[in-house]
Amino acid sequence: MNTSLSWIKRYVPDLDVTAQEYTDAMTLSGTKVENYEKLDEHLEKIVIGQIEKIEKHPDADKLIICQVNVGTETIQIVTGAPNVKAGDKVPVVLDGGMVAGDHDGHLSENGTRIKCGKLRGVESHGMMCSIEELGSSREFYPEAPEFGIYIFPEDAVVGADAIHALGLDDTVVEYEITSNRVDCYSVIGIAREAAATFGKEFHPPVVTVTGNEEDAHDYIRVSVEDTELCPRYCARVVKNVKLGPSPKWMQRCLAANGIRPINNLVDITNYVMEEYGQPMHAYDLDTIADHQIIVRRAAQDEKFVTLDGQERQMDENVLMICDAEKAVGIAGIMGGENSMITDQVKTVLFEAACFDGTNIRLSAKRIGLRTDASGKFEKGLDPNNAEAAINRACQLMEELGAGEVIGQMVDVYPEKREPVRVKFEPDKINDLLGTNLTKEEMLGYLNKVELAYEEETNEIVAPTFRQDIFRTADLAEEVARFFGYDNIPTTLPSGEATTGKMPFKVRVEAVARDVAEYCGFSQGMCYSFESPKVFDKLLIPQDDVLRRAIPIRNPLGEDFSIMRTISLNGMLTSLATNYNRRNKNVRLYELGNIYLPKALPLEELPDERMILTLGMYGEGDFYDMKGVVEELMDKLGMKELPEYNPKAGKPFLHPGRQAEIFYHGTVLGYLGEIHPQVADNYNIGQKTYVAVIDVPSLLPYATFDRKFVGIAKYPAVSRDLSMVVPKQILAGDIERVLRQRGGKILESCRLFDIYEGAQIKEGYKSMAYTVVFRSKDKTLEESEITAAMKKILNGLMNLGIELRQ
Amino acid sequence: MSEVSIKEKLQAILADACSKIDNSDALDKLNEVRVSVLGKKGELTTVLKGMKDVAPEDRPKVGQMVNEARSEIEARLDAAKKRMEEEERAKKLQEEVIDVTLPARKANVGHRHPNTIALEEVERIFVGMGYEVVEGPEVEYDLYNFEKLNIPKNHPAKDEQDTFYINNEIVLRTQTSPVQARVMEQGKLPIRMIAPGRVFRSDEVDATHSPSFHQIEGLVVDKHITFSDLKGTLAEFARELFGPDTKTKFRPHHFPFTEPSAEMDVSCFKCGGKGCRFCKGSGWIEILGCGMVHPHVFEMCGIDPDEYTGFAFGVGLERIALLKYEIDDMRLLYENDDRFLRQF
Repeated sequence: MNTSLSWIKRYVPDLDVTAQEYTDAMTLSGTKVENYEKLDEHLEKIVIGQIEKIEKHPDADKLIICQVNVGTETIQIVTGAPNVKAGDKVPVVLDGGMVAGDHDGHLSENGTRIKCGKLRGVESHGMMCSIEELGSSREFYPEAPEFGIYIFPEDAVVGADAIHALGLDDTVVEYEITSNRVDCYSVIGIAREAAATFGKEFHPPVVTVTGNEEDAHDYIRVSVEDTELCPRYCARVVKNVKLGPSPKWMQRCLAANGIRPINNLVDITNYVMEEYGQPMHAYDLDTIADHQIIVRRAAQDEKFVTLDGQERQMDENVLMICDAEKAVGIAGIMGGENSMITDQVKTVLFEAACFDGTNIRLSAKRIGLRTDASGKFEKGLDPNNAEAAINRACQLMEELGAGEVIGQMVDVYPEKREPVRVKFEPDKINDLLGTNLTKEEMLGYLNKVELAYEEETNEIVAPTFRQDIFRTADLAEEVARFFGYDNIPTTLPSGEATTGKMPFKVRVEAVARDVAEYCGFSQGMCYSFESPKVFDKLLIPQDDVLRRAIPIRNPLGEDFSIMRTISLNGMLTSLATNYNRRNKNVRLYELGNIYLPKALPLEELPDERMILTLGMYGEGDFYDMKGVVEELMDKLGMKELPEYNPKAGKPFLHPGRQAEIFYHGTVLGYLGEIHPQVADNYNIGQKTYVAVIDVPSLLPYATFDRKFVGIAKYPAVSRDLSMVVPKQILAGDIERVLRQRGGKILESCRLFDIYEGAQIKEGYKSMAYTVVFRSKDKTLEESEITAAMKKILNGLMNLGIELRQ
Repeated sequence: MSEVSIKEKLQAILADACSKIDNSDALDKLNEVRVSVLGKKGELTTVLKGMKDVAPEDRPKVGQMVNEARSEIEARLDAAKKRMEEEERAKKLQEEVIDVTLPARKANVGHRHPNTIALEEVERIFVGMGYEVVEGPEVEYDLYNFEKLNIPKNHPAKDEQDTFYINNEIVLRTQTSPVQARVMEQGKLPIRMIAPGRVFRSDEVDATHSPSFHQIEGLVVDKHITFSDLKGTLAEFARELFGPDTKTKFRPHHFPFTEPSAEMDVSCFKCGGKGCRFCKGSGWIEILGCGMVHPHVFEMCGIDPDEYTGFAFGVGLERIALLKYEIDDMRLLYENDDRFLRQF
């Protein structure tokens, strides 16, 4: 919403503030000013001059020399403008003055300074201006010539301020109006707020009774078939219409709101729409069959040509304005070509109606036609405002001599909208705000915006244009706005103290972040939605459950169309970005949800699982990644080592370099090297390792409890085991034997050598372990160690392992 | 042998030993001296062995002379040894000089995402004030995302332009506010909570927009909570987050689920309020939306608005991260370029 400050001042004549003061105060009282533009920001020393004499330039065919009376003196100005003649009154920028742009309409950032100079040897003491040089355009000054100097009407005063005469000594203010304040989508609404904000008198337009002795009911009949979608329809008639330009003051007001002046009739409807926030429509009554208006829903697939000449298709939810034979307009959105005003119009039918806002919004969206009118209607207008607006339009028609207004108004208004009443409870308002205001102070603030107090009922009566007042909290906001949010004290909540808490899951995530970072991984963030194509990129089979992803009904394109069921695509895409940018040795981690539907189509919320994803290329291999996993588990108090199943079955991982991670029989996730085909699909040219951990699966095992175990007092005994092992036997198998058979006294076992090659027989590998025994309460005897070793060796032999001598 | 000739002999031994000690340039040379003079077959020992030829009455005196010579030599040997060890250490230290300006060997610790750093700061502040961190689902029922927050069917805020829909009942949450409704519904009062999390809006990716970003919702519900408590709490939060000189300004605004509602600006932490390009010359930066919980929201969540009041606020995490760390393009937050992440 834009308004010029001068339009506001028409209703708040005592308003005397700078644009900045206006901006600050209005913003603090709730009418947020986004921006303002001073139209004369770069206009200086510009007066009305009258050309007294024109001579040809001696040395230039396209230049003329003008003697211009600027009130105090007559100065010589050389110009190339083709359109001036002696006697013309024109805007003249004097020596040292400033204009906003050039004659092509380009605005210079800081204005253009005008100084005395010579044009082809002839002195020029100023410049005559086009409307473009004054920073505006013919769109808003239709009387300005297409090329050349702006020419004032004959009654302009020579020597007077040209900027003022053009109405450019004004400021256009842009507001951000919140959706609850429908009334402020109008100049009157904002003026009311301005008057209340600055404590000035508010003078809304005084609408007088208009019309001749005739009765509009004899000209038009109105019936509304769907009163839910059209709670009120007001119609008035003006005959003997005389089209012509609207007065300058009206043109200036419209221009400031960004509306192009057209003619008196169109300008009046636009003016009233801006002034009252009530869109109006004007029909040529002679095109209305049987002089009858019927408001009904469109037929399914009904076609209609709007006044922009476009044929549009309706559906049953679109409300149409019709005559006895045909549709003449789409209610609240746009009139029809068949009933539009032409230069031949004699009798005009004015419509000011109230339509259901939601219906207008949805209709405008379905038809694909959003207009100024629909933009206002969709906010839900006050039906009582329609009458005021249509009468105001008729008053302006009379005042401007644009036609003869017929008496009476045709009004279909079956259910009158009554004001809302709210019990006035000053104590509750103080309790909510933390203030200590008296009843009288509160009433003072409320009265400023026409919220009236009714003593006998102890109620505040909210005018129907205020569609945001229903209860005490709403009144509290009004009091607070005018008392000033800044004047409300600042306190801290009293009452019962509470303990700050973090959920266990959040604490586990924090540990995961710490461990990942200690291990050199930086945190990335990835999108929750992705393309269904990622499954192919990750070589996931057609029937895999991972492909059962939740589709978004209205995605931002295919790339963001499903909720991810696997976190790897985000990680690999990020690693690929880094690889592509030649970043070396990149390690990333991500903590983010995947979304697993319980059933599709989705009926209940999906299982959102927080996943820790680690990914790296460059330095480090599978075992470094495995180290990160075990480091994390260690920090989470998971004391035992996890187990690894190499048959993880992950199609996107190297078939021989992947493992599922188990802890107490629970799958925690997996790790491995990315399958070279997948790495190719992502254009990562180095070996890439990932680990994916399901955070919810960690939670039952994670703990922040720690118990100290005494540091060993008795000596340890270590034995080295050098073995020839069948190739398919895993280190994990051997360690399982060592732990199970070593018994309580086995403290640790550590692989210190592994070798495959020439000296070892085909199908075997050499492995060497150091096994350490220790008892926590005595020095071990040789016999105990021998017994344990014997058990271990038997176990190893069962696996086909031979001891090397 | 006479006392005198022994004395001469001892003096000769002593002089000889001293000169050998003085001329020694290594510890093993000193050891040679020790062996040759004081050892079992050493010169001094030999003299001692010759005691049987000394007259008995002279023996104590001669014995004393031998012992004095021994002590003298031992003292000199010790002093020389000490000197040599010191020289050797000094030499070693000299040899061990390194170039301390050679490159450091770092552990290459990873870096936290700027969003997380900002989030942790916010969490620290509110947990310190006694707030509990609560999480809620990102795929959420329309009921919680809209309806229970006083955003009824057909409200413009529910437009598909802004909201990602799964179906008519389920959406990607557009705000963290539904966690408010979920917590209030559980009916455990009083409430002091913050709910950080990911939210989604149907905005194309550009320098200032992302279809997915993060918010932190805050909610306090108790008896006698006032708008002035809201102001005080958030002013305290702003000072903690942006520095003790930070000023706050509250402007009326509108949110369907709070009444009265406000937006909070903080004095620009770059220029201190004088006006700069960060605050677009105004000296203020818009930081969050807030308000008193709407009584109808209370009613829908089963809390009696006549007994309880409360306030709520919502902060955009990216907004804080971008402002605080002067990041000029939101896309950087989701690209995960190592050169970007390493700066935090």
